[in-house]
Amino acid sequence: MGLVNLTQMESGQSGEVVEIQGGFGITRKLESMGIRVGKQIVKVSGLFLRGPVTVKVGNTQLSMGHGMAAKIIVEV
Amino acid sequence: MKKIVLMGNPNVGKSVVFSRLTGTHVIASNYPGTTVEFTEGFAKINEEQVTIIDAPGTYTLDPTCKAEEVAVEMLKDVDLVINIIDATNLERNLYLTLELMEKDIPVIVALNMWDETKHKGITINVEKLEEFLRVPVIPVVAVTGQGINRLVGRIPEATPPGVRKHKRGERWKDIGRIIDETQKLEHRHHTFLERVEDASIHALTGIPIAAVVIFIAFKIIRFIGEGLIGYVFEPLFENIYAPVVMKLSEVLGSKGFLHDIIIGKLIEGEIDFVQSFGLLTTGLFVPIGMVLPYVFSFFLVLSFLEDVGYLPRLAILLDNLMHRLGLHGYAIIPMILGLGCNVPGIMATRILESRREKFIAITIMSIGVPCAALQAMIFGLVGKQGGLYVAMVFGTLFIVWLALGLILNLSVKGFSPSLLIEVPPYRLPSWRALLKKFWMRLFYFIKEALPIVLLGVIIINTLYILKVFDVIADLTAPVVTGLLGLPKEAVIAILIGFLRKDVAVGMLAPFNLTAQQLVVSSTVLAMFFPCIATFTIMFKELGSKDTIKATAIMVFVSLLVGTVLNFILRIVL
Repeated sequence: MGLVNLTQMESGQSGEVVEIQGGFGITRKLESMGIRVGKQIVKVSGLFLRGPVTVKVGNTQLSMGHGMAAKIIVEV
Repeated sequence: MKKIVLMGNPNVGKSVVFSRLTGTHVIASNYPGTTVEFTEGFAKINEEQVTIIDAPGTYTLDPTCKAEEVAVEMLKDVDLVINIIDATNLERNLYLTLELMEKDIPVIVALNMWDETKHKGITINVEKLEEFLRVPVIPVVAVTGQGINRLVGRIPEATPPGVRKHKRGERWKDIGRIIDETQKLEHRHHTFLERVEDASIHALTGIPIAAVVIFIAFKIIRFIGEGLIGYVFEPLFENIYAPVVMKLSEVLGSKGFLHDIIIGKLIEGEIDFVQSFGLLTTGLFVPIGMVLPYVFSFFLVLSFLEDVGYLPRLAILLDNLMHRLGLHGYAIIPMILGLGCNVPGIMATRILESRREKFIAITIMSIGVPCAALQAMIFGLVGKQGGLYVAMVFGTLFIVWLALGLILNLSVKGFSPSLLIEVPPYRLPSWRALLKKFWMRLFYFIKEALPIVLLGVIIINTLYILKVFDVIADLTAPVVTGLLGLPKEAVIAILIGFLRKDVAVGMLAPFNLTAQQLVVSSTVLAMFFPCIATFTIMFKELGSKDTIKATAIMVFVSLLVGTVLNFILRIVL
């Protein structure tokens, strides 16, 4: 058990979203696309050189920039 | 007339439902953000003529980009909302549904992609969902048309749900309850397509897959395009059409004003479809014999890649690179559309969130992304000198695209947000839908291109006869000859590029340019000034100030690059 952000997770690892450290706009946008506190999330892949991180929530795959991924805190 | 609007999250199939209801075809693809503008169509629903509006997708009624603003705007004065939901993503889609239900407009829900729920191990209790939402809910499969009649039949049952305004947290709480009660998930193993999905965005496998996809796409485009030219269009023009036009030329007396406009100049007593420059010769041969085959194969391959769902994956792989240009990965989609035609490419920049991104994307696209028509002419004309020269033209354009993006990223104020996109599953394309989209694009090309090419031919011939070109050529000679190393008359081709670039490249043919001059002139032509269709859409999307800024950049950069290219080639070749 521990808290990590999305960029620190391994591909294939899953966990529960516990915090989104972003402003109102970004939190709302992520929420409407399916990422919010309490949701189960699986990391699908992360590209090298601080590339985007792809995750799966429910049946949706979402891809986001490295910076945004670092703001999503997951309990694994 | 009653107005019905289709609303839903991006990539849930609104455009497919729209085509089903109205018979009006709109472009539908497998990636979020295909529709950026609304389309109106008409349908007879339960004996009543109604207007149906296809709106861009949106996740919420608080828009975050231009395309979503258009969607929310559509909600004003409508009589009914058909809320299209992706049944495989019920939870996320319901947020918009709940927001719509607070609007005091009758709502009916279409649960689209119903067939996919089965393979994905999702069971939805539709009766219960209806009970919760208190609006009609109908499972449909829009691509096959299944359920569409039932959807239409139940429209009269829709009434305003009369739900009070909720807070965000309350809506999510309600959704949690609805999902618990109506949806069951069963765990399924990864299918083959899902494995390929994962492989195409993993660091080690994704880039090789992208390289293979792009290589194959390019090969197929050239194979079909050149095959059509060599085996169908050229023989048709040379063997069947040419003798007819030759007869007409004799009837017209082989020379004179009318002859020059209709048939053009005879080259050694014969018609030359590239050089004659009459309405019925070059005017038809350039758009139909040289450009159409490439446009045909380009759109066929593009439509396939779109419908499979590959493009968002490419966006993820290229996110890093695009950030250096002040954009994010998704901006690659407008660029790829721009390779077909810059007009839909520029429209598609509406999926980008900030003004700065739109400015950078539109500027580098109109300077460095040659449309299919222009590419076809460059292949056709420069290709005769050898593949190396074609590579020089496209290589230069790519370097300019990249370098200008890097510079604009450092110099344009504002911010560029991070990538955040939904990645659609791979789907086997529906051939019917794919071919329809393909025909629409082809038809659009013929409708838009042919009249302008013909107009261009008339203008060129008239100005030639009036000797206007001589004045311009003398005036611009210091730049065109001195800096670019071209014959002074070549300025005319560059100017005609404002009408259409394909016909402008065609104008270079009679000058008997050297390979080096061809490379310089077609590169400058590609970059110099947007064609009138692109210019109009730029103006609409950017406004006057930024359009002037963008075009000033284009003129300056193209002259600079043309000069540098001219001197480098002189030393090297």
